[in-house]
Amino acid sequence: MKHLIDPMDLSVQEIDHMLHLADDIIAHKEKYREVCRYKKLATLFFEPSTRTRLSFEAAMLELGGSVLGFSSADSSSSAKGESVSDTVQVVSGYADIIAMRHPKEGAPHVAARRSMVPVINAGDGGHNHPTQTLTDLMTIYREKGRLDNMTIGLCGDLKFGRTVHSIIKAMSRYENIHFVMISPEELRLPEYIIKDVFEKKQISYKEVRTMEEVMPELDILYMTRVQRERFFNEADYIRLKDSFILDTYKLKRAKQDLCIMHPLPRVNEIDIKVDDDPRACYFKQTLYGKYIRMALIMTLLGVSADED
Amino acid sequence: MKIDSIKNGIVLDHIQAGKSMQIYHYLGLDKLDCSVAIIKNAVSNKMGKKDIIKIADTLDINLDVLGYVDPDITVCYIKDSKIAKKKHVELPERITNIIRCKNPRCITSVERGIDHVFKLADRENRIYRCIYCEAKKSEY
Ligand SMILES: [Zn+2]
Repeated sequence: MKHLIDPMDLSVQEIDHMLHLADDIIAHKEKYREVCRYKKLATLFFEPSTRTRLSFEAAMLELGGSVLGFSSADSSSSAKGESVSDTVQVVSGYADIIAMRHPKEGAPHVAARRSMVPVINAGDGGHNHPTQTLTDLMTIYREKGRLDNMTIGLCGDLKFGRTVHSIIKAMSRYENIHFVMISPEELRLPEYIIKDVFEKKQISYKEVRTMEEVMPELDILYMTRVQRERFFNEADYIRLKDSFILDTYKLKRAKQDLCIMHPLPRVNEIDIKVDDDPRACYFKQTLYGKYIRMALIMTLLGVSADED
Repeated sequence: MKIDSIKNGIVLDHIQAGKSMQIYHYLGLDKLDCSVAIIKNAVSNKMGKKDIIKIADTLDINLDVLGYVDPDITVCYIKDSKIAKKKHVELPERITNIIRCKNPRCITSVERGIDHVFKLADRENRIYRCIYCEAKKSEY
């Protein structure tokens, strides 16, 4: 049985297949309205994440399936001390597929070993969040029409941001990708990613300290949040935070077809005036997230739309 | 000090001095019926001091963990008082329930009855990672 625990569990071909399927779902929604009829998705959210849960539930409902589950640990059996293994063995008797979020790293891996149905990791602490990575790939693919030959700028907290690490690994599998890291010294990309990904695969990358100096080169600008608590002192935070806020002024020198992404929720790292710019893709990104989750659920359940 | 040589069994030689008791437990020798001799601080030309473990009358012990504990150990299989086979240990691909994941955010810190499994991620640099959270084994 196939699960999705780590974004790199999927081959480039499997991702390709899902992107095409999601594309077709967008183009022919009516064709997919019943493909998961009588199928149930269990959303086991041991910690709340309303956005992700709703995306999964909307995806399943749009495929004609139904959903059940819980949305925080205190409303679940884990509050009574039940283990992940036990919960999953029980639930996999009630549902056809499971989407699980858990504050502990590796919890979905434990679940997959015990489950009788496919398990999707919907985020395990600061570790993996493969459907976010799929969402990001889908956004780039839809907005650019390709996943190769481009320059990707990643801005903000590159040290702790798991979405950034995942998108780097995922995009490094495509041809002719250039990465530009935009972050304060304190939050630069960890050395092991530079070594394991960029140097091992001989991928071109550079590190800069301001957005302005690289803006004209970028095809994608992936923004992340710079959190106050990541800094040792308030003075450093105040000094640096404006450098990593995107506003309409900084966008002046950007390409006309730049695609601005953000995993959301945003705090202040993108000025709300940018929202009206056609290059802002972060709200579309969440919508793409629903379609790629539809494609993922179909793939893991092994269902397809009847061709006529 | 003289210890009788064994007729049939396994001799673990060139153990780093002081590590023999740890290995005794890792291999589960405390649970075996056969006689086991542990020689501590034996004189070694190569190493100065070394430990040796002699296990009599059994050849069927999973020795995978040795490569993880001490890659310099030599394993000698003894048959009819002669060395039948001599081999150097290798880093195992997986080690189960030998070390515990120390990452407080790892599911193994709360889930009961779970195996602590580490996978060899980088043979050259002897790096093992927890199969659940992918944290590196912290040096013990
Ligand atoms: Zn772990």
